[in-house]
Amino acid sequence: MSVTTAADGIKEVAPPLSDADVESLKAGDRVRITGVLYTARDAAHGRLLPLIEKGAPLPIDVRGQIIYYTGPSPARPGSIVGSIGPTTASRMDTYVPALLGLGLKGTIGKGYRGQAVKDALRQHKGVYFGAIGGAGAVLSQFVKKLSIVAYEDLGTEAIRRLEVEAFPAIVVNDCHGGDLYQDGMKAYAREDT
Amino acid sequence: MRDIHTSAIVDAVKKLCMDANLDLEPDMLRAFDRALATERSPAGRQVLQTLKQNAEMARTQRIPYCQDTGFVVCFVELGQDAHVTGGALDAAINEGVRQGYTEGYLRASIVRSPFDRVNTGDNTPAVIHVDVVPGATLKLMLMAKGGGCENRSKYRMLTPAEGTSGVKEWILECVRTAGPDACPPLILGVGVGGTFEKAALLSKKALFRELGSPNPDPVVDALETELLDRANRLGIGPQGYGGDTTAFGIHILTYPCHITSLPVAVTIECHAHRHKEVTL
Ligand code: SF4
Repeated sequence: MSVTTAADGIKEVAPPLSDADVESLKAGDRVRITGVLYTARDAAHGRLLPLIEKGAPLPIDVRGQIIYYTGPSPARPGSIVGSIGPTTASRMDTYVPALLGLGLKGTIGKGYRGQAVKDALRQHKGVYFGAIGGAGAVLSQFVKKLSIVAYEDLGTEAIRRLEVEAFPAIVVNDCHGGDLYQDGMKAYAREDT
Repeated sequence: MRDIHTSAIVDAVKKLCMDANLDLEPDMLRAFDRALATERSPAGRQVLQTLKQNAEMARTQRIPYCQDTGFVVCFVELGQDAHVTGGALDAAINEGVRQGYTEGYLRASIVRSPFDRVNTGDNTPAVIHVDVVPGATLKLMLMAKGGGCENRSKYRMLTPAEGTSGVKEWILECVRTAGPDACPPLILGVGVGGTFEKAALLSKKALFRELGSPNPDPVVDALETELLDRANRLGIGPQGYGGDTTAFGIHILTYPCHITSLPVAVTIECHAHRHKEVTL
């Protein structure tokens, strides 16, 4: 099992993830992720898509893995990374079903996902995590190692391999149709709006 | 005539870019505390605490508050008795941006063309708006504007018949559609009136008013208060995880408009509200 529950109730997530791991995660669960994350955002996904369509190998093996939608700011000399918070996930929606089809298990970002992504999460057993948007300085301290694995010419948009320790996130969309944004809004909406 | 050399403008812009991204203004820090006093949602409170900690880390460890260090939007108020010497004003501002972003380890987020999308590598150019005003000083009001929230900004031309209530509903609709995408708690800059482009400009400029300060127009102030209360009843909450703090503020600027028109522009700003100003 790559998902276990710690004494404080937070779920420890250690990719690679299996279908059973993903099934154990529910919308609203707080998680700490330890292990490898791959970063990719608009431009990198734009390069991955034609490869997927051709059936060509990708620069990363996505099976069981988690992609973090982020473009970090440059590292100061002596530090591992600069600021590294999530970017808006919906811009990557069109790429998600194909990547989940190849075995990707999770994505980390912020903001709403479209219905096609939610359906694909159910179909392929995938999970969408939210990280705190705009908390890039805080999130940088959970990154222990960083290397560029593809598309270095894309600068901040290159695909990076991160090793993270106890990276904090929350399950937004699970593979059972659960949606934290809907639940949260319902719980706190007050009359006559 | 008072001379202002472009080298002073370059230095000022460079400093504003770095300071904006590393050192959140006190009005933002106060907003976090105000929200923590009222936020009921545990997840929301946890987000607000993290953002306070984030601001502290940005300031003390010189790591940008957000990795999206923004598109530089610079409003210039140039006194008509001031004379810029040593080169072009916009070139000086862009040089300041270039130096600030490269020397400050800030992210380059600008592409040279919306079509070929090649990154300029130094976050230039800025978006520059110049107003000529009385006096002999040059005021620079600079914002590092995040892309995620900017992408949720909206414009609508209402009819006069839709009136104030139409404006209110439209603004709340903008909050709903921005939701978690724009990193709430949000700040809304709203421009009502003028023409298509005037409303949009006002919506940006409105963001420079100190957060938590009243609108000088009491009628508009009451409108802002009502809208903020209603926005915070939507339940979206910090990061959209559910809660009472969906917006920190709604700032409205108005301008006279044509008898046929009721233009409303809404700039969506996130909690990474990085704004600084200086007068030379
Ligand atoms: S919307 Fe604001 S806080 Fe969120 S990622 Fe963009 S700049 Fe950062």
